[in-house]
Amino acid sequence: MSETGIGQRVKRKEDHRFITGKGRYTDDINLPGQTYGYFLRSPHAHATIKSIDTSAAKKMPGVAGIFTGEDIANDKLGGLICGWMIHSKDGSPMKAGPHPVLAQGKVRYVGDHVAFVVAATKEQAKAAAAAVDVSYAVLPHNVDAAMAMTAKAQVHDVAPDNRVFNWSLGDQAATDAAFKAAAHVTKIDLVNNRLIPNAMEPRAAIGSYDSGSDHFTLYTTSQNPHVARLVISAFHGLAPEHKLRVIAPDVGGGFGSKIFIYAEEVACVWASKKIGGRPIKWTAERSESFLADAHGRDHVTHAELATDATGKITGLRVNTKAAMGGYLSTFASCVPTYLYGTLMSGQYAIPNIYVEVDAVYTNTAPVDAYRGAGRPEATYVVERIVETAARELKMDPGEFRRKNFIKSFPHQTPVIMCYDAGDYAAALDKALQIADYKGFPGRKAESAKRGKLRGVGFSAYIEACGIAPSAAVGSLGAGVGLWESAEVRVNPVGTVEVLTGSHSHGQGHETTFAQLVSDRLGIDIDNVAIVHGDTDKVQFGMGTYGSRSGAVGMTAISKALDKIEAKAKRVAAAVMEASTNDVEFKNGTFTVKGTDKKMAFGEVALAAYVAHKFNSAEIEPGLKESAFHDPSNFVFPAGVHICEVEIDADTGVTEVASYTAVDDFGNIINPMIVEGQVHGGIVQGIGQALTEGCVYDKESGQLLTGSYMDYCMPRADNVPSFKLGFICTPCPSNPLGMKGCGEAGAIASPAAVMNAVTDALGVRDVPMPATPQVVWQVMQPMKKAAE
Amino acid sequence: MENFAYHRPASVADAVAAMKKAKDGKFMSGGMTLLPTVKQGLAAPSDVIDLTGLKNSGISVSGSSVTVKAGTTHVDVATDKGIRQVVPALSALALSIGDPAVRNRGTIGGSISNNDPAADYPAACLGLGATIHTSDRKLAAGEFFTGMFTTALKPAEVVTAVEFPVPAKAGYAKFPNPASRYAMVGVFVAKLKDGSVRVAVTGAGPAVFRVPAMEAALARDFSAKALAGVTVDAKTLNTDMHASATYRAHLIGVMAKRAVEVAK
Ligand SMILES: Cc1cc2nc3c(=O)[nH]c(=O)nc-3n(C[C@H](O)[C@H](O)[C@H](O)COP(=O)(O)OP(=O)(O)OC[C@H]3O[C@@H](n4cnc5c(N)ncnc54)[C@H](O)[C@@H]3O)c2cc1C
Repeated sequence: MSETGIGQRVKRKEDHRFITGKGRYTDDINLPGQTYGYFLRSPHAHATIKSIDTSAAKKMPGVAGIFTGEDIANDKLGGLICGWMIHSKDGSPMKAGPHPVLAQGKVRYVGDHVAFVVAATKEQAKAAAAAVDVSYAVLPHNVDAAMAMTAKAQVHDVAPDNRVFNWSLGDQAATDAAFKAAAHVTKIDLVNNRLIPNAMEPRAAIGSYDSGSDHFTLYTTSQNPHVARLVISAFHGLAPEHKLRVIAPDVGGGFGSKIFIYAEEVACVWASKKIGGRPIKWTAERSESFLADAHGRDHVTHAELATDATGKITGLRVNTKAAMGGYLSTFASCVPTYLYGTLMSGQYAIPNIYVEVDAVYTNTAPVDAYRGAGRPEATYVVERIVETAARELKMDPGEFRRKNFIKSFPHQTPVIMCYDAGDYAAALDKALQIADYKGFPGRKAESAKRGKLRGVGFSAYIEACGIAPSAAVGSLGAGVGLWESAEVRVNPVGTVEVLTGSHSHGQGHETTFAQLVSDRLGIDIDNVAIVHGDTDKVQFGMGTYGSRSGAVGMTAISKALDKIEAKAKRVAAAVMEASTNDVEFKNGTFTVKGTDKKMAFGEVALAAYVAHKFNSAEIEPGLKESAFHDPSNFVFPAGVHICEVEIDADTGVTEVASYTAVDDFGNIINPMIVEGQVHGGIVQGIGQALTEGCVYDKESGQLLTGSYMDYCMPRADNVPSFKLGFICTPCPSNPLGMKGCGEAGAIASPAAVMNAVTDALGVRDVPMPATPQVVWQVMQPMKKAAE
Repeated sequence: MENFAYHRPASVADAVAAMKKAKDGKFMSGGMTLLPTVKQGLAAPSDVIDLTGLKNSGISVSGSSVTVKAGTTHVDVATDKGIRQVVPALSALALSIGDPAVRNRGTIGGSISNNDPAADYPAACLGLGATIHTSDRKLAAGEFFTGMFTTALKPAEVVTAVEFPVPAKAGYAKFPNPASRYAMVGVFVAKLKDGSVRVAVTGAGPAVFRVPAMEAALARDFSAKALAGVTVDAKTLNTDMHASATYRAHLIGVMAKRAVEVAK
């Protein structure tokens, strides 16, 4: 195996430019004649706009244009869409309220877009925005998912009770019957706290219009530039696709928040034409990111688990209220439904499952997919209630899980998913061993000597990623297919360019994708370039999210490489005067069976372009192939995480004392990159469990956690050194046997941490984030009781 | 951000004169607090008078006192060998401020003049009974810190140095706000050479304050267990999303004990 092939810890090719400051992000790009855009945002959580007077502001120095919802309406610029249709239990379609690019008549959250001010400098745009006179009539507001259906505030006319849909999955009657017959029922109430994504690079966009060619260009911080082009073209109606180029250059992290098509980028590209074609740049300030990036999670759930007398799980019932915010963001509706309810079987053979979800409007920033999207919420429900049931049944939480694990594959769950491969007991065994679970009582006693409360918690998560089979998601309401494309261009000298529809914004595709090519073609990894993020270069693509770039994106590349190999064999056969069937390709060399004839890959590439040695009527010159890959199933990474925490009873401070993660990602291309993804995911999950929580003030509707002074990102000293292990059951539905690793850490960890915290304290629940104050408060009644 | 006129005087007298001339001037030392507020539009001074031109930094340690010039950065206080010998609690406090970037720019003069209710230095000043030297006078710490973000400084008065008495023993225990890492509760305890005890609390109330009940208890017996049962009334303390007044009152008790335990 070569040193840069599949399975090798190849250092990331892209890191040189990132760590030497040579990355080229949207804000690094400056176009001639560029102007700056600034959004005047709503200071109110909910209000009608009585009037907007821009006359004084328009006269301010440097102003090139000021636009409001009226201009959007006059131009018939389409609204922002939610691309996944969900139907309620009663068959009615979800109630999608209008989502104009700039507010029309009403604002629905603090930070909503009221006016777009464009000026020669950012300072001038800001100054002019301050001079825009908006008169509001404040309306009652509600920021709380649990209260939405009974709140005085009515966010959208189409949804009088603020309910977007009332969706269900599973057989309610059979599940109710299972509960009637149960020997024991475990009940739990959970809140999955709202999170703010906080990508390191804030969102940014540059829109420009060229009147000469009647052509628009949009630079944007996107995880999926082709989808952005499709939506801006087909739904906003700005320009047909061949007259709109979308470029997502280096992008500094997304975590889902850059999947969506936002008002800001549409406004920049639309308004550029209105000001005569001068480019307009907008770069979010960090406080705008807090206010107006799509947030994550925000669920309120009641769940019940039925078990029989032997400790076998016989049923699961889940009822969730999921906040959508003030508008439905691009994929908001699929997150608490088909990315959530479908994972409720966890790793367990549960015969009866019923899930009901009310999605509700609240006067907050829109909520959409955030690292894990629905699957962390599902795992949190399943793994918290399973752990609680084990405690109630006085069974070891590991052994209770083992007893209920799915043991044979494929396994059809009652909630759509058909798991293809896995070995959950193997992951559990390995995790127990790495975590030294047997030694826990000793460590607990040792902690107690120091006055600390120690707890241990499990999370045996499963997720469905490698998103997703197009026909399947289509039947569930998706507006798009979720295949991926690749084009492999071999240059005459044998170097290779791969054009991929996947988009790297931290994942390291320039390295892992090149490893695949290096491995398959036997060429130096430095002779491979990965091209992505530009609709003028790459044929089409669905982008990167849902841990799909390996399983789906790389499979497309692999298929294109199959075609390259087949074609190259024909060329080699012609040149070496052999039959194609006798040509073999290994380690970058073509040989003819039974002879000593051979040609290097580069020689064959050159021969393909020189085209002297074959009949062009039979073999087309050139060496370039493309492929589209539509997966036949989701992929199902799974694993067991074990967390130990130590709580300072005096202050309520929780320390993650140790964290073990054993994951099954199938075959791994680059273990170093995978470990990095796992580390990052676990840190985000520890953040959700212990430090991060988005808080809106109930009284005022203002965002209280609007900066890092109050929104607590996890830091290096909040996390231990992780202990990782891997098992491998190759994925049967793609030729590389890969699953996805990008989200697993964030999916698994909140439940592991909170199971450990509740174990340490001996309580059923502690709300997330379990900050020192929260833990201390939980301990107060216990202390009183002890006194 | 609004534009402003920038001055960099070379003497305290010039700095005072520049301030007197300015319509709405602001002194600037490290700029770690001032500049973010200016950038966010929360402050819009007509003139910024940069005090780094005074070259007023440096530490001198004598048997009875430690004098830190106003322009001395947090990192210099944290790493000064003399301070580490005679008041290690002060070194530890300086090291607990912000992050390396903040410690490399932020100054003691800027910190105490700003008198952020969650800042660390005010606890050391009040806890040790420091004397604040200004362009006009000398003030006892107890007179200097007057309230939330307010001090006894007159509009054109410059802090020039802080003089700390060398204590017999002192300790600082900080419970950081999980997000900002400023003090959510910070307690500085000192047993002075004359045998008196001072306990100063930052982060918990509108401004740094002393706790006479704890001082009395520790004067009798300078040990953590002497503080058992000594409580602080939550009524005057801050409540925010990170900590209720009751929780802060509780933390004052815990941090006071820890400060006594680490006192050297
Ligand atoms: C990310 C971050 C984290 C921080 N964490 C902490 C922390 O944990 N604990 C903590 O205590 N602090 C913390 N700080 C504040 C930090 O210590 C600042 O450096 C300090 O508060 C101000 O010092 P400065 O020299 O930067 O003052 P500047 O920002 O320059 O000035 C602050 C104020 O003091 C006035 N001023 C400055 N010098 C003088 C003078 N000589 N005479 C009169 N007035 C003067 C200015 O006019 C201004 O009003 C943090 C700051 C940041 C940015």
